[in-house]
Amino acid sequence: MSAKHTHISDVLVVGAGLAAERSAIEAAEQGLSVIILSLIPPRRSHSTAAQGGMQASLGNIAMGLGDNPRIHLEDTIKGSDWGCDQEVAKAFCDTVPIMIRQLDSWGVPWNRVVAGKKKYASGIETEDLKEKEGLITARDFGGVAKWRCCYTADGTGHTVMFVVDTVVCKMGITVHDRMEAISLIHDGETCLGVVARDLRTGDINVYLAKSTVIGTGGAGRIYAATTNAVVCEGTGGAMCLNTGLVPLGNMEAVQFHPTGMPPVWILMTEGARGDGGYLLDKNMHRFMPDYEPKKKELASRDVVSRRMIQHIRAGYGIQSKYAPQHLWLDIRHLGRKWVWNNLREISNIAMNFNGLDPAKDLVPVLPTQHYSMGGVRTNKNGFVYGLKGLFAIGEAACWDLHGFNRLGGNSLAETVTAGFLVGKEVAKYTLGATQKFDYKLIEGFVKTEEERIKNLISGKNGKENAYAIKEAMGQAMMDHVHIFRTGPALQQGVAKLQELYRRSLKIGLHSSGQGANPELAQALRMPGMIRMALCTAYGALMRTESRGSHSREDYPKRDDANWLKRTLAYWKPGADLPTLEYEPVATPHMPPGDRGYGEATAGPKAAK
Amino acid sequence: MARQLTFSIFRYNPNKLGDKPRMQEYTFEEFEGLTLFVALNKIREEMDPTLMFDFVCRAAICGSCAMMVNGRPRLACKTMTNLLPNRINLLPLPVFKLIGDLSVDTGTWFRNLQVKTESWVHTKKRFDPNALEVRMDNKIAEQIYEPERCVECGCCVATCVTANIREDFIGATGINRVSRFMMDPRDERTDADYYEVVGNEDGAFGCVGLMACADLCPMELPLQSQLAYARRRMAAAGLKLQFAGVKIS
Repeated sequence: MSAKHTHISDVLVVGAGLAAERSAIEAAEQGLSVIILSLIPPRRSHSTAAQGGMQASLGNIAMGLGDNPRIHLEDTIKGSDWGCDQEVAKAFCDTVPIMIRQLDSWGVPWNRVVAGKKKYASGIETEDLKEKEGLITARDFGGVAKWRCCYTADGTGHTVMFVVDTVVCKMGITVHDRMEAISLIHDGETCLGVVARDLRTGDINVYLAKSTVIGTGGAGRIYAATTNAVVCEGTGGAMCLNTGLVPLGNMEAVQFHPTGMPPVWILMTEGARGDGGYLLDKNMHRFMPDYEPKKKELASRDVVSRRMIQHIRAGYGIQSKYAPQHLWLDIRHLGRKWVWNNLREISNIAMNFNGLDPAKDLVPVLPTQHYSMGGVRTNKNGFVYGLKGLFAIGEAACWDLHGFNRLGGNSLAETVTAGFLVGKEVAKYTLGATQKFDYKLIEGFVKTEEERIKNLISGKNGKENAYAIKEAMGQAMMDHVHIFRTGPALQQGVAKLQELYRRSLKIGLHSSGQGANPELAQALRMPGMIRMALCTAYGALMRTESRGSHSREDYPKRDDANWLKRTLAYWKPGADLPTLEYEPVATPHMPPGDRGYGEATAGPKAAK
Repeated sequence: MARQLTFSIFRYNPNKLGDKPRMQEYTFEEFEGLTLFVALNKIREEMDPTLMFDFVCRAAICGSCAMMVNGRPRLACKTMTNLLPNRINLLPLPVFKLIGDLSVDTGTWFRNLQVKTESWVHTKKRFDPNALEVRMDNKIAEQIYEPERCVECGCCVATCVTANIREDFIGATGINRVSRFMMDPRDERTDADYYEVVGNEDGAFGCVGLMACADLCPMELPLQSQLAYARRRMAAAGLKLQFAGVKIS
């Protein structure tokens, strides 16, 4: 048996979310042939779930006047707790206003400035100028000095994804949906393409290209509770890690969003707080100003999430049918009109899943896994470390715009900006590259995958249940690698995950595995997912400091003397633990300092 | 006492030689907060690992999981079982090509629709990276957002009589999509241009007005008014073309 179909293109893009499609557009514009692979139709990608908006320093709204890329850069670096690549952040902040306007020219219905005096629910009174009327407006978001989060109601990801996909349709770029890349083909130096499994038929196909772009999104599903879509299983990162040559960067940097809604863990946008929403405790007390007098509910996400857990630990959580412990999000005072216009998608979610109308009801919230700052490590031009002809982009990548905490609105902005900037690099590289054909090598990779499938079906290595292992992995991450971390708990977590990893190598199917069998798809992903989980847990164990979202209770301070560096996790053949290396983080634009919010400034105040 | 729920689910794998369509039953006890998303995953993970269905966002915003629930198209992820009787019949959406069991190929159908209706902004302007954005009234932006909210789940197509009997009909979702561009000042197409695309019985004039689409749209889009809007403009465009002596086929 060999591959059913072999497809050849100049550029292969794995994933069809915003970053992936935007890079495909850039490559196609250079006349290159591009094939996009995706688990699902592009418009179903998790990018569509982004709600609040995209950060860009347009400075049109009164509360954003005087904004510029430099201020955006400073906010981003502070947000990252000095963990980000400052050169990448600068290129991003300089470019993102152009991206917003280009998206506008493509059809995104950005909300616009309406001139006149207004009073916001937060008490702020401003006047928007006539000269700015009709330009793209913005809302407030966490950890920012100016209002710069451009939005379309609270469905920004949806509108941007749909519009970018219209350009893909217009350009006639080939998309193979329901096609899952399962391994990289490489000769130890260069990536030649991927082996993929057709999720309609179960057939194994080969895709060959001069350049391969990984844009497969985050790995939120390594946690049992996450805001992420069910497809966010880190498949692209796992595939790169499995080569043994490509490192994942900063996998311990995991964002927990303050307002996931139990019991379904769907996101309530930060825009709810940006527009003036509060967090309340069991006494209906608005507690965030006690901890963060300056930024209140709008400190960075890592800080707000920690403060919430701290407050719950102090005994102020609510016990209800939604969760054993949670807090309330209150947007009732924004008024019915605002709630059901500008926060309509989350209001629908609250209504659909908990029967709550946020215009009159409180919504239960709890910090929930939301974003992977870590991912496939690339240089500032998107080239993946370790293999030529391989690029990574968006949440799948550690381009390192976000360091140890991503600002809200910077990820959706990253997708299209990285798609544009890295897409240009992909095109440049591809135009100068030649396609390698090594049939023996390709057949070898196909054979390896066919063997894996055969063994899973026959149960040659064991009869472990893929779903049971996945559930245990998700729980181990919840119990040991969550918001607050300690050495002993992480050590236990690593041990549990190692045990699960060994079991994952003995998975056997409980069904026939024939055709587009869903159990086989899950079984194929499991060892890779646990490797990603182990990179996260082990990276967290070894990083003996607290920085951004990585919060070690036994090492509560940021330690710039020893830890101004990035973790690189490799998976060597036959290992059951990643090998960690570190590289320095440079700070050319802003030396490490105080964030202006968080524990270092405001201190761990007692709750009132 | 908790109810016993019986899920009667359509099973057929067209890729499996000799497989025949049939209904298969799964029974378990209902629990608090049970949705069809939770139920179907429970069945697959604990009772039958071969069962095929599609979920992505599980938050009713991606449109992946539409299926026929007791005879009506719904997004399974947000359908709570406590609103349903003890017996729950699940079938795949009609019209779309079956992949297997409850999974249908909406992706190919919708991509064809976009291409057929040229659903992108048509403009002769070149994007100038140094220029400010073109101003727009916020009210117009909000108007465009309404039809733009469509998640392409296919519920309106599945429930449409015309779409069920005429393969090339673009459905309420298609008409909604085109009308979204009609109301967008950035799209420079004239009504005559749109007439080429939807001024026919596969487009705005194919609808027989039963409006189940508007009743069953999970996003509660104003499909009836979008349809009326597109029809009005296309009827006017058709008359204008006719008076100008253009022969309309």
